[in-house]
Amino acid sequence: MRLRTAALLSIVVGTLMMGLMSPAQAANDAIDVNGQLSDTRTDPAKPVAGVKISVEKDGAEIATGTSGPDGSFSIALPGTPIDLLGEQITVKIDTDTLPKGAELRDPKKTSYKLTIKTDSDIRIGYAIGPATDNSVGLFTEIGQSGINGIFLGLLLALAALGLSLVFGTTGLTNFAHGELITFGALAAFMFQDQWGWTFFPAAIVAVILSGAFGLANDRLLWKPLRGKGTGLIAMMIVSIGLSIFLRNIYQYFFGADNHQYTGVAAGKLWNIGSIGISPKAFYIAVVCVVILVVVSLAVQRTRLGKATRAVSDNPALAASSGIDVDRVITTIWIVGGALAGLSGIMWGLTNGFDYQVGNKILLLVFAAVTLGGLGTIWGTMAGSIIVGLLVEMSSIILPSELKYVTALVVLVLILLVRPQGLLGRAERVG
Amino acid sequence: MDWSSVLTGAIEQGIGPSAIIYCLAAIGLNIHFGYTGLLNFGQAAFMMVGGYALGSLIQTWGWPLFPSLVVGLLMAVVLALVLGVPTLRLRADYLAIATIAAAEAIRQVLGSAALNDEFGGQDGRYGFVDGMRSLNFVPSGGVHFLGLDFRSYDFFIMIVGWTLALLLCGFVFLLMRSPWGRVLKSIREDEDAVRSLGKNVYSYKMQALVLGGVIGALAGIMSGLATSNVAPSDFATDTTFFTYTVLLIGGAARVFGPVAGALIFWFFISGLDLFFDKMTSGADPSIPASIMSDDQASLMRLIFLGLILMLIMIYRPQGIFGDRRELAIDAH
Repeated sequence: MRLRTAALLSIVVGTLMMGLMSPAQAANDAIDVNGQLSDTRTDPAKPVAGVKISVEKDGAEIATGTSGPDGSFSIALPGTPIDLLGEQITVKIDTDTLPKGAELRDPKKTSYKLTIKTDSDIRIGYAIGPATDNSVGLFTEIGQSGINGIFLGLLLALAALGLSLVFGTTGLTNFAHGELITFGALAAFMFQDQWGWTFFPAAIVAVILSGAFGLANDRLLWKPLRGKGTGLIAMMIVSIGLSIFLRNIYQYFFGADNHQYTGVAAGKLWNIGSIGISPKAFYIAVVCVVILVVVSLAVQRTRLGKATRAVSDNPALAASSGIDVDRVITTIWIVGGALAGLSGIMWGLTNGFDYQVGNKILLLVFAAVTLGGLGTIWGTMAGSIIVGLLVEMSSIILPSELKYVTALVVLVLILLVRPQGLLGRAERVG
Repeated sequence: MDWSSVLTGAIEQGIGPSAIIYCLAAIGLNIHFGYTGLLNFGQAAFMMVGGYALGSLIQTWGWPLFPSLVVGLLMAVVLALVLGVPTLRLRADYLAIATIAAAEAIRQVLGSAALNDEFGGQDGRYGFVDGMRSLNFVPSGGVHFLGLDFRSYDFFIMIVGWTLALLLCGFVFLLMRSPWGRVLKSIREDEDAVRSLGKNVYSYKMQALVLGGVIGALAGIMSGLATSNVAPSDFATDTTFFTYTVLLIGGAARVFGPVAGALIFWFFISGLDLFFDKMTSGADPSIPASIMSDDQASLMRLIFLGLILMLIMIYRPQGIFGDRRELAIDAH
């Protein structure tokens, strides 16, 4: 509470000081159009003086100005800010008054249309001469997004394995899987925040607890429901309820803030050619690879792993050939919970986390699992890497805010061609 | 402590505009899920295209109310066709994931900064209800009875909305008694049997998706008209899940299930909200702030919502008024 008051006070003081420091603004309450003209053909850039600029509204000129010796100009618009709100104005630059041979970098800016949205001044920058090249090459961009994509894919694979294993053995599409992911992240955070543990013991204990939490999920909810003979779709809807319930319980105790782990050095960025790799992300990827390999080997080689595959394939047949299906499912929930919790911690390490971190990536996880074919382990890993790559690579072409959309659209499209997923077993689905 | 205000507040919300929005969305979903057995987890997307078509056509492109409304409904038809082609052949769980993914993709695109000029980014569209307000015939002082208070425009929306909901219920009742409706129900019970009778299951599912989607769009349109705002956050995945809760409380595959569900859901949810708000507010709250702050109190209703959804699905999957024989959710 005291912190909040202090923050509020500092905002108030800051606003007051800003008001005091800009007397020009205080002197006239009209909206100004101001800006700067600079010629970047020389280094350092040279201010351009004596350029005529006019402002038009509805085709009629309402104000003019000329740039001063420092290249700056300021044109006060007639009328009160209230009247001007929502109006469209056109700021024109008289190209004849520019120095000989000089052209605006953005030729469209000679006549610049804009709508007045607030009552603050409008600032326009005019640059003259070619743009300084600070964009990276296409190959660098592809390389960088490729690396980021693989890192993301590995994290997703870790998160998705539990979901896929549970689906494979019990047929449950668990919409509360995101909350298993969040559980790990929050548990590790709690040990750090409450008892001041260092990161590694906190993470290890949190992963063990996540396994126990997975087990509790099964014992308290899913096992009784299976015994009751509740259908798969009913269970899917139950999992939605569980997800909403747990997510709000998390927020109840941990608030809505974004959290970070402490005591983990980010390290200095490694530069390989023009591609930058953060050592933290690299070590996380290594841990993911090791765990994925261990899980794959366990599923492929151990008795329990073979039993798991048998149960995934045909539970009734597996049971009749002497496999303890219940024990397999218990193990799957423990392992799946622990993997999900670990992925939550890893995700929190790279991106920070809050009470709904798992829910936010749940659809990506679903995309990965479905893409590979629900319930297949190899498919899940392949699907995760593909989704990771798609998400990161798409931002080369699309705005980065839409990067998750690509994965979701591709998911729907792949289902159109291969409804069983990339590595799933073909079956008639309608 | 004034408990009657909790009760009246809950009743106001229980029959108010938000209940109508979820009631309409659930009527659409009832056609998908209740009658046809389609596990559509993208109902929020149908609401979104309806609401956004209305909001952006009026605010961005300056259209009048009624043409934008019609376009909103047509957009839902288009979405149903686009979404249905790849997903309707899928198994139920794949269908759920595909529709939820498509809905989220649509939401992120419409809310993106790149389309800020058309759809207003995260703020969405607002202030497009002048046309609707001009039709308002409720006295400007609002309506007061039995201790309940409604603002004039809200009451107008309620009259329009509930009338619409009742008309749609009648429509669904007639439709489901018709041979067409019986085919839908038999698809839900046994798809292969229907196919063996020579019916085109895919085409029937598509028709059901379009019809339910259009009603969903109507819900989105009402949401825009009631709040005079459409924003991406109104149409998140949780909106679909709340709609499912409404439908399941009332009873899926029941004509009045969505109406009963919406009334009960909103009465209960707002009652809880007001109750915990009362318990934690004031200088000396009944529940100490160390146990529950007022921020935490606002979460209680969602915690209960999750619990209710789980419990109802486990102990009474046919809902309060449903018929267990009627609805075999896991027929396939």
